[in-house]
Amino acid sequence: MSLDTNADSYVTADGRTIGPVVMDLKNITLRFGGVVAIKDISFDIREGEIRAIIGPNGAGKSSMLNVISGFYKPQEGEVWFRGAKRPPMKPFQVARQGLARTFQNIALFDGMTVLDNIMTGRLNHMTSNMFQQAVWKGKAEREELANREVCEKVIDFLEIQHIRKTPVGRLPYGLKKRVELARALAAEPSLLLLDEPMAGMNVEEKEDMSRFILDMNDEFGTTIALIEHDMGVVMDLSDRVVVMDYGKKIGDGTPEEVRNNQDVIDAYLGVAHD
Amino acid sequence: MFYREAGDFKTSYKDDNQTFPIRLDRAGYWVALAVAFLIVPFMVNDYWVNAIFAPFFIYAIAALGLNILTGYAGQVSLGTGGFMAVGAYACYKLMVAFPEVNIVFHVLISGGITAVVGVAFGLPSLRIKGFYLAVATLASQFFLVWLFNKVPWFYNYSASGQINAPERSVFGVVVTGPHTEAWAKYLICLIFLVALAWIARNLTRGMMGRKWMGIRDMDIAAEIIGVNPLMAKMTAFAASSFFVGVAGALFFSVYLGAAEAGESFGITKSFLILFMIIIGGLGSIFGSFAGAAFMVLMPVLLKNVLVGMMGWPTDLAAHLEFMIVGGLIVFFLIVEPHGLAQLWRLTKDKLRLWPFPH
Repeated sequence: MSLDTNADSYVTADGRTIGPVVMDLKNITLRFGGVVAIKDISFDIREGEIRAIIGPNGAGKSSMLNVISGFYKPQEGEVWFRGAKRPPMKPFQVARQGLARTFQNIALFDGMTVLDNIMTGRLNHMTSNMFQQAVWKGKAEREELANREVCEKVIDFLEIQHIRKTPVGRLPYGLKKRVELARALAAEPSLLLLDEPMAGMNVEEKEDMSRFILDMNDEFGTTIALIEHDMGVVMDLSDRVVVMDYGKKIGDGTPEEVRNNQDVIDAYLGVAHD
Repeated sequence: MFYREAGDFKTSYKDDNQTFPIRLDRAGYWVALAVAFLIVPFMVNDYWVNAIFAPFFIYAIAALGLNILTGYAGQVSLGTGGFMAVGAYACYKLMVAFPEVNIVFHVLISGGITAVVGVAFGLPSLRIKGFYLAVATLASQFFLVWLFNKVPWFYNYSASGQINAPERSVFGVVVTGPHTEAWAKYLICLIFLVALAWIARNLTRGMMGRKWMGIRDMDIAAEIIGVNPLMAKMTAFAASSFFVGVAGALFFSVYLGAAEAGESFGITKSFLILFMIIIGGLGSIFGSFAGAAFMVLMPVLLKNVLVGMMGWPTDLAAHLEFMIVGGLIVFFLIVEPHGLAQLWRLTKDKLRLWPFPH
């Protein structure tokens, strides 16, 4: 079975519709002094799809994610988001455009409760100013309650009701990962970046997380780009896979295509020198 | 069992968001407010107001302000004394220049002016963090005090270099100057404190507070979720300085009556208020109150016990007071680094279950 992944929109084998391109990266090159972290990479992310970025350690995957989320400014290349070229932006401006992400090494607000952490995800959906918030009654309170409802839906969805009021600092690793996902999801992003969502988890937690990612994509239609090392997970979850090695793109396509790509096999298994 | 929570269900997010989610706490809060407003004003005398209530209320306002900046937004400041001086001198200039305007507006505008000054001195926080920021704000402390001593315009060229609060009244009741009644002094400070505490609570419970706490806990994560670090830090400096400015204005006009920048608003004031929020609890409204109460009441209590009850000479008692207060600070920091607020929280958690262990 082969899908025409180049068509304007197509329907996957499990019946999800993949729409037009949301994020288009054109010839991105990123250098740190003399080190070339990313070398002339182009790929796109389409609406509604789960796009995986894989590669050995140090391949430049996280750097790529940091370019997308605005942390790093590439020396060359263009980032096109929802049909427009993105000017150089600060990360918070990128977030306001509808991009959310999680981090490889959890970046939550330890001193705040789970609920407050997730509520920060609603930041870009709230408009009351400081004076309205100082008075509280009126707009600030209405907004707070309306957004709380959205957060509660996310909390229900990710099954973390029981820890709603617990300070994040007291939670175990697996739950923290889930709370971070909840915070990103609460932002209702048009593109969600997950940097190793399953790092350091046991099989059961990985299964849970995979289920959440699939459900998220299915129920909310969230477009997801993720970095992951667990090949089984990547091949099962993703619609298309980008493979990177030493800052270069060595493969791009459906999991089957990538699996049979000789360069990819060489990068992962090594090449015999004789 | 101390708290009877059975059957107290929250059926709306509004109920769940309350400041005092436990019914008994809520009742206690209203009772305390009623006592403070309806009973205490009829019982206070000059000693109680000048030694305890007025300083407690005013320092609590300043502590709330510093807690917004340091406790919630995580920006250490040692310039509190300097900002209080800005509030005081702004209030003085306004009182003298516009005698017909109500003093309440003067105090509020002084807070606004301090907010602007605070934002200006807060700009370095965009580049520097932690100890380095503390040193930068320390510079503002010394600069502001120097400025108010050096430029005679600020104290209207008075020979002594002091500023003196003229007599002003609110609704016919004198609240500043030497003829102020004890209860009037008490009430005006209390009204400001209650209003500002309410505002502090509102700011910190909502999105503003979350932005601040996000910047405090992990600024990179806050930025990635959409917090503009510049705006978050500047609003924290503005809100904090507003509180501190109001505290400075009240401290000068209502409490002291006369002030001189170096003496009343020196570096010791900055440290005093920093100690209050550290002992009370960083990032807690209740902690600001507890810390202010501790730092104001402890010396008074010690003095009464040592001099009044044990008959020690005053100078010996004064020195011992320093040692005991210092020792207590160290003790508290070791036993409960999160301050009196955390102690109170733990007690409450225990009381919710008491007498059962689980």
